Amino acid sequence: MHHYKIILGVLLIVLVGFAISSVQAKHGNIPLPHPAKATGGDQCVEPNDIMRRNHMTYLMHQRDETVIEGIRGKKYSLQQCINCHATVDPEVQESKVRTIKPFCAECHSYAAVKIDCFACHNPALPLEKISDTPLSKMIAAHLIEAGDSK
Amino acid sequence: MTIDATKRELLVSGAAVAGMAIASGVTLVAPASARNAGEPASNKVRWGLLIDSNKCDTGCDECVIACKTENGWQGQDRPTTDPQWIRKVNLKDNKTGATHSLPVMCQHCENPPCVDVCPTGASMQRADGIVLVNRHTCIGCRYCMLACPYKARSFVHEDVTGQKPHMPRGKGTVESCTLCAHRIDVGGTPACVEACSTKAGKEAIMFGDLNDPESDIAKELSKHVTTRLRADLGLKPGVHYRGI
Repeated sequence: MHHYKIILGVLLIVLVGFAISSVQAKHGNIPLPHPAKATGGDQCVEPNDIMRRNHMTYLMHQRDETVIEGIRGKKYSLQQCINCHATVDPEVQESKVRTIKPFCAECHSYAAVKIDCFACHNPALPLEKISDTPLSKMIAAHLIEAGDSK
Repeated sequence: MTIDATKRELLVSGAAVAGMAIASGVTLVAPASARNAGEPASNKVRWGLLIDSNKCDTGCDECVIACKTENGWQGQDRPTTDPQWIRKVNLKDNKTGATHSLPVMCQHCENPPCVDVCPTGASMQRADGIVLVNRHTCIGCRYCMLACPYKARSFVHEDVTGQKPHMPRGKGTVESCTLCAHRIDVGGTPACVEACSTKAGKEAIMFGDLNDPESDIAKELSKHVTTRLRADLGLKPGVHYRGI
């Protein structure tokens, strides 16, 4: 009778262990996010590892400062994120705009984070804005580069 | 006599301060509206509008068009739910038959009832008197819309796409005239004011700092008697009307 219980217990442990290890294996198979390179310059407003951890805090502070106190033109801004990190996505408006959504989604879908910035903020920038401004020149250069890589 | 003397002293010392400001060359070079990047809105300033309804044409709605273009709101032919930040109101005196017209938008009250009733603090007043909805905290309850006697606010009923970068808008929040805060913050004037003078050629809307006695709007207000809509409510709107 006792033997029967021990065998059942061992079997249970083995089964649970197998289940856990299979979950771990699956988890390991999920590719790490590789967000696209920014189109505007080599360095973000803070080092990459700090931005990855704290960008939401910076943006939260910035949005309150801007809306409530009327402070503009400071270091952190969602618009600046869009300016540099928006890329051409063939699925969005037939590549007529650059959009930041894929860049954000890359990590947020990996971490299962749902943001609603873009329920109100426009994630896209029109391409026809390209003129003589430094930013638009950068965008133009980026587009040529992207075309070459294909 | 002593009181007069004190007054005079005050005036003289005030003049001295103004002189110093001129000498330093900072106060005069930068217009009152231009703020440096990173500087918050100041409570020394009180932004307001002066609307001269005598100059406003009944058929003209350039201010409304300019507001739509600037801020990216438009109707979808559903009058009960369409957003409306500014509208033209036509008035008629039934006895004489005389008509006139004026734009009505958020009156940017000094004592805004929309701010009083907001359960989350999303309906707020900036230091410089501009009344805004902070959409980050707006839950779309619409109490503010009920509280506003000017019917100035709208609720966004439908999904919005293609917003202007400076004016995020989204379903489920309340919105209204921001006095073009994004333009004011960089030293500009509201889009309706600009359109009234450049597009319509009327100059019926004047924008400026009500606190600054040297501003055009303050001078104009001191010259003529003006009306504030529903002044009996004691809300002290920042928008003044002339000719109604």
